[in-house]
Amino acid sequence: MLVVVCTSLLLLLAVCSGARYRAPSPGPWVIPTVGEPWPKPQQLVNYEGYVVVRPTVFTFEVTREDCDLIQEAMKRYYRVVLQTLDRGIQKRTSRRAADKRWRKDSRFKAYLDSLEIQLMAPCEVLPYLHMDEHYELRINSPDLPGAALLTSQSVWGILRGMETFTQLLWLDETGTALKVNSSAIMDFPRYPHRGLLLDTSRHFFPLPAILQMLDAMEANKMNVFHWHIVDDNSFPYESAAFPQLSKKGAYNPRTHVYTRIQIRLVIEYARLRGIRVLPEFDSPGHTQSWGLGLPGLLTPCYSGSKPDGTYGPVDPIQETSYKFLQKFLAEAVELFPEKYIHLGGDEVDFDCWASNSDILRFMESHNITGDFSKLEEIYIQRLVNTASNLSASSLVWQEVFDNGVILPQDTVVHIWKGDMQKELAKLPMQK
Amino acid sequence: MLVVVCTSLLLLLAVCSGARYRAPSPGPWVIPTVGEPWPKPQQLVNYEGYVVVRPTVFTFEVTREDCDLIQEAMKRYYRVVLQTLDRGIQKRTSRRAADKRWRKDSRFKAYLDSLEIQLMAPCEVLPYLHMDEHYELRINSPDLPGAALLTSQSVWGILRGMETFTQLLWLDETGTALKVNSSAIMDFPRYPHRGLLLDTSRHFFPLPAILQMLDAMEANKMNVFHWHIVDDNSFPYESAAFPQLSKKGAYNPRTHVYTRIQIRLVIEYARLRGIRVLPEFDSPGHTQSWGLGLPGLLTPCYSGSKPDGTYGPVDPIQETSYKFLQKFLAEAVELFPEKYIHLGGDEVDFDCWASNSDILRFMESHNITGDFSKLEEIYIQRLVNTASNLSASSLVWQEVFDNGVILPQDTVVHIWKGDMQKELAKVTAEGHPALVSQCWYLDHLESGGDWHKFYRCDPDNFNGTEAQKRLVMGGEACMWSEFVDASNLSPRVWPRAAAAAERLWSTVEVDFDEVDRRMEEHVCRLNRRGIRAQPANGPGYCPYIFY
Repeated sequence: MLVVVCTSLLLLLAVCSGARYRAPSPGPWVIPTVGEPWPKPQQLVNYEGYVVVRPTVFTFEVTREDCDLIQEAMKRYYRVVLQTLDRGIQKRTSRRAADKRWRKDSRFKAYLDSLEIQLMAPCEVLPYLHMDEHYELRINSPDLPGAALLTSQSVWGILRGMETFTQLLWLDETGTALKVNSSAIMDFPRYPHRGLLLDTSRHFFPLPAILQMLDAMEANKMNVFHWHIVDDNSFPYESAAFPQLSKKGAYNPRTHVYTRIQIRLVIEYARLRGIRVLPEFDSPGHTQSWGLGLPGLLTPCYSGSKPDGTYGPVDPIQETSYKFLQKFLAEAVELFPEKYIHLGGDEVDFDCWASNSDILRFMESHNITGDFSKLEEIYIQRLVNTASNLSASSLVWQEVFDNGVILPQDTVVHIWKGDMQKELAKLPMQK
Repeated sequence: MLVVVCTSLLLLLAVCSGARYRAPSPGPWVIPTVGEPWPKPQQLVNYEGYVVVRPTVFTFEVTREDCDLIQEAMKRYYRVVLQTLDRGIQKRTSRRAADKRWRKDSRFKAYLDSLEIQLMAPCEVLPYLHMDEHYELRINSPDLPGAALLTSQSVWGILRGMETFTQLLWLDETGTALKVNSSAIMDFPRYPHRGLLLDTSRHFFPLPAILQMLDAMEANKMNVFHWHIVDDNSFPYESAAFPQLSKKGAYNPRTHVYTRIQIRLVIEYARLRGIRVLPEFDSPGHTQSWGLGLPGLLTPCYSGSKPDGTYGPVDPIQETSYKFLQKFLAEAVELFPEKYIHLGGDEVDFDCWASNSDILRFMESHNITGDFSKLEEIYIQRLVNTASNLSASSLVWQEVFDNGVILPQDTVVHIWKGDMQKELAKVTAEGHPALVSQCWYLDHLESGGDWHKFYRCDPDNFNGTEAQKRLVMGGEACMWSEFVDASNLSPRVWPRAAAAAERLWSTVEVDFDEVDRRMEEHVCRLNRRGIRAQPANGPGYCPYIFY
C-alpha cells in the first residue's frame, strides 16, 4: 500500500515537475516518423503509394528561371539525397532482388528520376525580411503521375522546397531503396524572421563551427543568422578603420579573430542558403572589450572624485564617441549587405554614469538630472539616427523601449526577458 | 536609488541561486594556470627555474623493470608531448631566435632530454581494487640537476606518474618551447576506486566513443570504467550462451551490439591505461529488454486474474530464472577479468509482483506475505551467492541494503540517492564497503555550470569511526544516457567528471580561486588531446585551436 502511494506520489511529482515518468518498457521511448518534414508544412496531402528515387539516376531539372543559388543548391541537395541512401547498405543486397520486391508491391507507383524546379520569376540575389518563401511541391500527385514538380515565384521558395523534398525521402526497411510518398505540399512561413543568435564574444567559434550552424539552419528553414559578434569579454571583429579594437580586444588577435574575408565567406555561405546575416554591435553596455583598443571610449567610473580604474558603458557625453560610432557603423554597413543592423542597447548599467561627475554635470546642463534613462535616450537616438543616415534599419533590445526612448517607428524591438505577453502588447501599433 | 536596490537584489538573487554574478569586465572570467596538473598531487614542491623539452630529442628511458604497459604508455605519452608543442606555431619563429632567448633567461636551467622511468618491482598485468598507484617524480630537483626521474613500486604508479609528467609541460609565451618547472612530486590517490559509469542501454555508444572516454579517464587518473551495459531499453551485450538476448533486445542486432571481440578490445584498451572494466548486469529490475529474448524470464503482470501483457522484474519464483542467471553470470565472469561484478538491484518495482497470484501464493508458502523486500532478498541472495560461487565479488545499489537484504560482508554498497551522509554511516556501520555516486550524477544538469557542486562533495563527510571511513572505497561519476548519445557524450561528461576525479584522488580544501584556474587549464588540456570538454568557468579561450 505504501509502495503504491509512494509510486503515485512520485508519478505526480515527476509529472508536475515536468519530468517524463514512464513505466518501464523495452525499446525506445519514442518511435520516429518516416519521411515527415520539420518544420511541418502549412498543407500536406498524401496520396496513394510511393515512388522510388535511385540516386545514381536522379537529377534536379531546372525548366524556367535559373541562377547560382539554384545551381549551388542542386549540388548541396544531391549530396543529401546520396547520404540518405547509405551505399554501404545498398551493396549488401543484390539490386535485382530489391527490384523484384517493389514490382510486387502495389503501392510502388514509379521510379522518380527527377524533380523539376520551376522558378516563375527571375532570381533575386540577397535574402531580406519579407522575401517570398512560398513554394508548392507535388510528387506523383493525381495531376502529375510519375513525376515531381517544385514551383515558386521566388528563388527563396525554391530553396525551402528543395529542403522539404529531401526531407520527404525515406529509406525503406531493407535499407536499399529511397522512397517518397505521393504527396502535394503548399507551404510558406508563418513568420518572416526566424533566427539563430550566436554569441562569438564570450567564446570564439572557428569558422567551421559557424558554417555548420548555417547548414543546420537551412535544414530547419531558419533564415536569419544574428551574429552577436562582440561583447564585454572579447572583440573578435577585425575593423579596418579601427584595427586596435581587435588587436587589443580579441582573446588572441592572431588566432581568435574574424577577418573581413572570413566574414564575407560567412555572408556568402549564408546567402546561398537564403539566410540573412544580421550583425549586432551592442552598445552602450556590453562594450568592455571595446575600451581596450580605444581608451577614452568608455565612461571612466569614479570612486568619490577620482577614476577608480574600471569602466562603464560608452561615454555618452563625448563627441569622440559619436565620431567613432559614425565611422565604425559606416564600415559595418558597407561590409554587411543586410539592410538591418542590431544596435543592442541591453543591460546598460547606470552605476558608472552615476559615479562620474562630468556625466552628472552634463545631465544637469541638459535638464535631465537623476534620469539616466534620458541620458541613455540621448545616446541611443544618436546611434539610431546614425544608422538611419547610413540607410540601415535598426533593431534594439527591449530595454531601450522599456526605458522610454523615443524610437523611429520602424525600429524593431527585440524582446528577451520579463513578461513576454505584456511586452508584446505594449508595442505601439504599426501603421 | 531604485537602480542600486534592484541591482543589489539581482546580485543577491544571482548569488543565492548559485549563478555567478560578475561585474562586467573585459577578457576571460578565469585566467588558466600554466603547467599545473589535474588532479592535484598530494605533494608538489617547486624549485627555481625550468628545463626545456625538445620533442624531437626527448625520450622516455626505462632503467629497471619493463613490460608492455610501460612500452605502450611511452608511445602514447610521446604523442601527448608532441601535441603540446604545436609544430605549426613552432614554424613561425626561427629556432635560433628562440634559443638565444632562453640562454639569456637565468631561469632556464637545462635541456631535459629524457625522463628516466624506474619501476622497482616487476610489472603486474591487470588493474585491481587497492592496486598501488604511488609514484615520485623529480624534475631538475636539487638532488637531480638537469634530469628527470619517475619512480614507483608498481606499474600503475608509473602510469599515473607519466600522466602527471606530461601535464607539467607548458608552452611558453612564444609558443616555441616546451618547458617544465623544476619540481618534486610525491603522489598517491586518496581513494582506490575512482570511476565513471556509462549507460550503454538507453543509447548505444559506438566503440570510438567508449575508447575516447577511457583516454579521458586516464588524463584524470580515473581507474574504473563501470559499464552499465544493459537495462530496460536495449540489450546490446552479445551473449554467446543466450544469443537471442541481443537478437531481440538490442535496438538493432546488426549495428547496435557489443560483440565479445569488441568487449575484449575495451578491456585491453582500459588495461593499458590502468583502468578496471567493471560490468554491471542490473537485475531483477531494469530488465525489460531481457524479456524480449527470453520469454518467461520476467514476471508477467496481472490485471485481476489474467496477465495484462506487460512484464515486471525478473521472476523470482521460477527456477528457470536462477538456472539462466547461473549460466549468464558464469559467461560474464569468464569474459571480464575484473574480480568485481555489479549486480544492480535498484528500483525494483513491487507492483507487478503484487499483481501476480503465483507470486502471492509463493510468498504465503514462504511466510513472507506482504513483505516484498523479503522476496527481493530471496532473489538477491541467490544472485550474490551465484557470483560468490564463481569467485566474483559483488557490488549492489543501495536499495538492496536499504531493504534489509542480508549481504556478505564484502559486498560493496553503491550509494546513489537520499541522504548520502546518513547512508554512508549506516552502510559502513554494518561493515560493508561503500561507493559514492549520489552527488555525481552527470545527467542532472544545471544551467550556468555545476562542477563546483561536484567538487564540493566529499565521501568522507559523515559521522563514523576511522574504521568506518576506511570502508569508503571511493566513488563514481554516473553518465546515465536517457538524453545522451555519441553526439553529446564528451562535453557532457567533461570537465564535470574531472571535479569528481580530483575529489577522489587529491586531498584538497575547497578553494575555488585556485581550483577555477587550474580547472580552466585542464579543460584546454583535454581539448588539446582531442577530448571535447565544455567550458567550465564562463567566457574565455584556449590558447590553441583544436578543430
